[in-house]
Amino acid sequence: MSGARKAGLLELVRKTGVTGLFFLRLLRACIPALARPRLIVAQIYNAGARSLIIIMLSGLFTGMVLGLQGYDLLRRFGATEALGTAAAFSLLKELGPVLTALLFAGRAGTALTSEIGLMRATDQLTAMEVMAVDPMRYVAAPRFLGGLIAVPLLTAVFNVIGLYGAQLIGVQLMGVDHGIFWAQTQSALALKDVTEGIVKSVVFGAVVSLIAVNEGYHAEPTAAGVGMATTRTVVASSVMTLLLDYVLTAAFL
Amino acid sequence: MGGAERIRVTDPGPASPPASSDAVVDVRDVHYAVDGRPIFSGLDIVARRGLITAVMGPSGTGKTTLLRLITGQIYADRGVVSVFGRDVGTLGATELYATRQRMGMLFQNGALLTDVDVFENVAFPVREHTDLPEPLIRKLVLTKLEAVGLRGAAHLMPAELSGGMARRVALARAIVMDPEVLIYDEPFVGLDPISLGVILRLVKQMNDALNITSVVVSHDVQEISSIADYSYLLSGGRVVASGTPAELARSDSATVRQFMTGSAEGPVPFHYPAADYATELLENAR
Repeated sequence: MSGARKAGLLELVRKTGVTGLFFLRLLRACIPALARPRLIVAQIYNAGARSLIIIMLSGLFTGMVLGLQGYDLLRRFGATEALGTAAAFSLLKELGPVLTALLFAGRAGTALTSEIGLMRATDQLTAMEVMAVDPMRYVAAPRFLGGLIAVPLLTAVFNVIGLYGAQLIGVQLMGVDHGIFWAQTQSALALKDVTEGIVKSVVFGAVVSLIAVNEGYHAEPTAAGVGMATTRTVVASSVMTLLLDYVLTAAFL
Repeated sequence: MGGAERIRVTDPGPASPPASSDAVVDVRDVHYAVDGRPIFSGLDIVARRGLITAVMGPSGTGKTTLLRLITGQIYADRGVVSVFGRDVGTLGATELYATRQRMGMLFQNGALLTDVDVFENVAFPVREHTDLPEPLIRKLVLTKLEAVGLRGAAHLMPAELSGGMARRVALARAIVMDPEVLIYDEPFVGLDPISLGVILRLVKQMNDALNITSVVVSHDVQEISSIADYSYLLSGGRVVASGTPAELARSDSATVRQFMTGSAEGPVPFHYPAADYATELLENAR
């Protein structure tokens, strides 16, 4: 193995270790952080409620595309009445959790990273430490928990709006029967399918929030350092979301 | 630099180097290096109870690093940093946090929390460490803001404050828990003359009125000399001179004179080590 490759591998192992240890510290800090729900609610608002518009718009357009593509495909087999089922399966099990996580990483994850990184750069985290306040408990844990709670809720909103978008195209535009659309969807979906989506959204919420908080907390305290950390948040969150999506899908089959 | 003589105080008085029983902050033979580059090599500094101790020195001499050592953010490679008689390096997390609650620190840039207003910034340590009822917290915060002349700015956000105001708010926050030691990191940097005068008076008042032990790190010689009881001059990772401001002003040490007069010529080099100037210019011209 060449020297550069060896150094790269060592750096990867080191970063994984640092993130793992940070995760353990974060989990430990979450317990006392739960005693201050006000901070967590504020973060659910910041990361979750403020992402609603982008999630709803994306959900609507995703659902509309599903309606168009699904109708075109199913028409070839004469099975357009299955459009609702196809859209619901796609949204609940895959597109809802994955796209929400990717959008959350881009909208809220980057904001989390840059906010914490700037707090580090402007000595706010150091000031807390000197004031005998643990920034892990006051800054990192509420933001992690806020993301963890917000992502599944946003996923639910994405799914509902997405289904409405598919119905809008399939039923209102393409003429699929309204009753059949919903009845097929209702009868074909099992609790297991919904559970799969919920589990995925919780895991993605945890991973994306962990990456965002970790990158911000360990960002180099300079303008360039915070910028780099923000980029790493988007890249790492996206790759981990798609990787874990495969792993979880395989686990649920 | 390294060979600069150490001034010795020959007339022990009230402001002489403190007896260890009086020492609130006691830095003994501290060595500290970053990536193999020595920052301190045998540093000795003592801050005595109730006095203003100034730590001066050129930029890059590790003055801020010293404050990080005192507050337990980093640990010395060798030597002992004691605060309230306890070795900071041996304290567990709980004890360290308990020690920090007895200290206040004013950061160079204020380090105010940017997402809450001035009132909440000052109230922050109180809310975190006590269960005082809201009316009492309000009175406490307004009292401290009044002391720094910013009671009327309680509703402003940190982004709406000038540099001097931000530092005064940070000072109010630093004293809100009535600390025994106040640590100032370059409190006079970048201030207009009025703000500088106000901060200077506040530092002195805090010390006199509340009998707080103050450690002020600064390279503003004239300002800090006007209020300090005892001064240390750092260079090359160690103390090269110490004494009362008057003693330092009278010193005939080349290092002290260079620093006190702000001269580019002297034992402390102004230029970063480089190749011969003429040679380098001629090389570039070719």
